[in-house]
Amino acid sequence: MQVKSIELGAKELMDVYYYMRLGRAIEDRLNLLYKGGKLPGAIYLGTGQEAIEVGASYALEPGDVIATTHRDMIAQLPRGLTPREVFSQHYGRITSLTRGKGEDNYQGDLKRGMLASVSMLPNFYPVAAGCSLAFKIRKEKRVAMAYCGEGATSVGDWHETLNIASVQNLPVVFIVINNGYAYSTPVFKEMKVANVADRACAYGIPGIVVDGNNVIECYQEAKKAVERAREGGGPTLIEAKTMRIRGHAGHDPATYVAKEIIDLWTKRDPIVRFENYLAERGLLSEETKQNMINRINNEVEDAVQFAESSPYPDGKEAIEDVYAA
Amino acid sequence: MSMQPSGDRETTFIDAISQALWEEMERDQSVFMMGEDIGIYGGAFKATKGFIEHFGPERIIDMPIAEEGFIGMAVGAALMGMRPVVEMQYADFISCGWDQIVNTAAKMHYRTREAVPMVIRGPSGAGLRAGPFHSQSPEGWFAHVPGLKVVVPGTPYDAKGLLKSAIRDNNPVIFFEHKYLYRRLKESIPTSDYTVPIGKADVEREGDDITIITYGAMLQIALEAARRAQDKGISVEVVDLRTIYPLDKETILNSIAKTSRAIMLYEDTRTLGIGAEVSAIIAEEGFEYLDGPIIRISAPDAPVPYSPPLEDYYLPSVDDVVSAIDRLSAY
Ligand SMILES: Cc1ncc(C[n+]2csc(CCOP(=O)(O)OP(=O)(O)O)c2C)c(N)n1
Repeated sequence: MQVKSIELGAKELMDVYYYMRLGRAIEDRLNLLYKGGKLPGAIYLGTGQEAIEVGASYALEPGDVIATTHRDMIAQLPRGLTPREVFSQHYGRITSLTRGKGEDNYQGDLKRGMLASVSMLPNFYPVAAGCSLAFKIRKEKRVAMAYCGEGATSVGDWHETLNIASVQNLPVVFIVINNGYAYSTPVFKEMKVANVADRACAYGIPGIVVDGNNVIECYQEAKKAVERAREGGGPTLIEAKTMRIRGHAGHDPATYVAKEIIDLWTKRDPIVRFENYLAERGLLSEETKQNMINRINNEVEDAVQFAESSPYPDGKEAIEDVYAA
Repeated sequence: MSMQPSGDRETTFIDAISQALWEEMERDQSVFMMGEDIGIYGGAFKATKGFIEHFGPERIIDMPIAEEGFIGMAVGAALMGMRPVVEMQYADFISCGWDQIVNTAAKMHYRTREAVPMVIRGPSGAGLRAGPFHSQSPEGWFAHVPGLKVVVPGTPYDAKGLLKSAIRDNNPVIFFEHKYLYRRLKESIPTSDYTVPIGKADVEREGDDITIITYGAMLQIALEAARRAQDKGISVEVVDLRTIYPLDKETILNSIAKTSRAIMLYEDTRTLGIGAEVSAIIAEEGFEYLDGPIIRISAPDAPVPYSPPLEDYYLPSVDDVVSAIDRLSAY
């Protein structure tokens, strides 16, 4: 199989940049639509987390699978999730990947290696490990990757999954986005270990901490873990340190987080940081940046219009598809 | 009928819940709460707003995401003489603690004669475009487990009185609060201490021709349908079960003895659930009263969908009830 190299080329770097910017633009728009009362449901945004959302996911190859959570729509973009699909899902239209059945970011498409996760955390840690079990049984060189937040690591299923994946030497990579809070609960009320990654030693697997706002570091560590898994080296736990700079959900102003902390992390914007990186290498001029932003804005505009003009499902579809044929 | 003595105040459903919790914590030092984001944040729906400031972090305990863990801890604390109240952020997440509820809590007294006085409460129900994981009505699952009591109030008065009874009960009580009612339903309730007994249904509206048996948010649908039927000269009685387990057979059967016609209206899924049980009770013990079939109106056997037209189709409506009333009146 053709796999990406650990040092990304110019085209790939611009791909990464595109996905980060696209994620930001989609979320900014969702936020406006939500505040304007245009969306029937809730929104959970990963703004400020684009480096790990894109960086780790981008390390996967066609044929690999990813399992995400409520906050990880952006991690699905490199797998091929489209803006039209995102907005259709939020608007509850027939054109969404769940045909209006599911809400928020709980969407997926197996053909593109995206699992449609559920709200209960971290239910898709074991599910992702199960995918990798199937790959192992069939001797396919495929890898599964599971995302969750640090809050979800308090659940027993999380620990069970790491243990089994280790014992079974499964080709799976575990990403934990430590963004400081689980809803309103700060990390120190969730755990006493300094790093989620420290827990890896309890399961006999590598545990790695990355700067969650540095997309190159996120990509490279994920890439190493993915290829180790693919070659039979077993699972890896990667903890990305970052910060949730918006509220838990659209309704939450997050008054429980000090403003200085938000300001600090807003200044650490992973997109701006990556732009500097690209500019230093002569890959991003003001003009290429503007072109990229314009292109993305058009895509988002098209997607919103597409969703708004797409039909709703027929009411009676509510009772269809409960069982497979 | 809800009593309305003087010293009453207009109170929303959610405030009635908060009052019950607050007053029970004041009354009994052994009552304490565990849950996610219930401290400084005051809970996802703000049921415990201001509690941590008053009762302190020893009694209002923020938990990591670990439902199975802290529900099991509630059992332990209850065995040691405490009266834990566990908040589920949404009732849907109660399934994450399923095993500790149905095996540990529910079977304790049966095996050991040791009581497990604990309450697990949380917002249930659909109608808010919250999709398959934030809209469920899981009462049927728990009503099927011997050893648990299951309560689903339909009015602010009952919410406060029943939650107090649940906290004082010596058994594990599963208490679901329909989130659609939280800020939409208001009534004048006593600011003072009172309880509503678990296991007693309530005749919310008296009538002669047809009985609607219901509970939770569907009570409002039933009352509206009854008003519409009244305009056509059909007199509908509405029985609010309030407690799903143990069921108040007597009130159900007394009502059917009077009206001879029964509609069972509920938001939980249809098959092998509360409607089936109530129908079976009427068929077994009230057969001779009946003039027509027992009609069930419920959600279909499907998850709760997100998209507005799907959810509207999914939920029982006033129109559904009115047409069932028309059908049944023909008998
Ligand atoms: C088992 C379970 N309990 C409760 C919830 C409600 N809930 C949704 S998101 C969330 C916080 C999650 O925090 P974290 O895992 O750190 O992810 P983040 O939201 O910060 O991305 C909670 C408590 C849930 N989804 N699953």
